[in-house]
Amino acid sequence: MRITYAIRRKLLQIIALGCSNAHLLNFKGGKIYTGKWKQFCNPGLNCYSCPAAGFACPIGAMQAVNGSMQFSFSFYVTGLLLAFGVLLGRAVCGWLCPFGLLQELIHKIPSPKYHLKKGFLYVKYVVLVVFVLILPIAVTDYMGMGKPAFCQYICPAGTLEGGLFLLAAHENLRNAVGALFGLKAAILVLTLIGCVFIYRFFCRTLCPLGAIYGLFNRISLFHLEVDSHKCIGCGKCHAVCGMEVDPVKAPDSAECIRCGACADACPTGAVCLGFSTKRGKTLT
Amino acid sequence: MGSKTRIWARAACLITACAFLIYGFMRGEAGVVLNKAVNICLECIGLG
Repeated sequence: MRITYAIRRKLLQIIALGCSNAHLLNFKGGKIYTGKWKQFCNPGLNCYSCPAAGFACPIGAMQAVNGSMQFSFSFYVTGLLLAFGVLLGRAVCGWLCPFGLLQELIHKIPSPKYHLKKGFLYVKYVVLVVFVLILPIAVTDYMGMGKPAFCQYICPAGTLEGGLFLLAAHENLRNAVGALFGLKAAILVLTLIGCVFIYRFFCRTLCPLGAIYGLFNRISLFHLEVDSHKCIGCGKCHAVCGMEVDPVKAPDSAECIRCGACADACPTGAVCLGFSTKRGKTLT
Repeated sequence: MGSKTRIWARAACLITACAFLIYGFMRGEAGVVLNKAVNICLECIGLG
C-alpha cells in the first residue's frame, strides 16, 4: 500500500495537535498550563490561553515582547520564526498548525465550494504589518505598554481555543463579556463559515503567521519541485490544489502549504516534496 | 532564484535566526513570553 502525503500529513497534524495541546486535564477546571515550556513558541497558531496549550503562540509572544516596557523588538520570537521559516516554510501551516487542521475538518462539511478572489490573499500582510508589528508598539498606555492588537481584535483561534472554554468554566469571566467579545465572536463565526465554503479561509486571508512563513517558501529546506522531464502538463496538480496554486508555474508560491496533494495527484511522479529533492528541475 | 543563491540565503537566514535567538534569550525576552503565556490573556479571549 502506498502511503500518500495526505495520510502522512493527517497523522502528523494529529500528532502536532496533541503535542501542542497536551494538558487536556486543564479543561476540567478551566485552568491553563503554567510550566516553563511556555517560554518556547509553538510553530503553528495555537493560543496560549487554551487550557491544554503547552507552548506560547508565536504571534501572541511577538506582540507581548514588542509591546512590553523593556523591549520594542523581539529578537527571540523573530529568531524562532526565522528558523521555522527557513527549515519548513509554509509546511508549518500544512503539517503542524492546529488551527489549520481545524479549518480543513470544517471544510469537509458538505456544501458548495468556492474559489477565493486573489485580492483577499494580500489582506494577511496588512494584518501582519498593522496589527502585529505597528499597533503593539505605537499604541501604548501611560506605562508604555502596548496591547496585542491582533489577539485583541481579530484572532479567532484565541476566541475558540481560549475564550469559549475559559468562559464556560469561570463565571467571573462570563460577567466581563462585552462588545469586544461580541466582535471577536462575530469574527470567529464568520471565519468558521468561510472555512466551510473556502479551503483554509483564515490561513489565506487573515493569518499573520502564514504571511510570515509564506515569505520563506522560496528558500525553505522543505520544498516542492516539478521535474520538467517527467511532467506531461496534464494540470491535475493545479486542479487538486486547495490553495489554488499551480505547482508547475509557481512551486515556491507563498500560498503553497506543502500539503503534497499535487504530488499525490501527479500521474508521472513529476512533483516531489521534501528536504532532499534536487533543485533546478522546475519548468519555470 | 539560482541554487547557489538559495543556499547562501538559507545559510544567512539560519545564522541570523541563531544570533537573534541567543541574543533575545540572553536579554530576557523568554521571560516576558513566559510571563504572558502563563497568565490568562484577556485580550486573546476577547475580554481585554
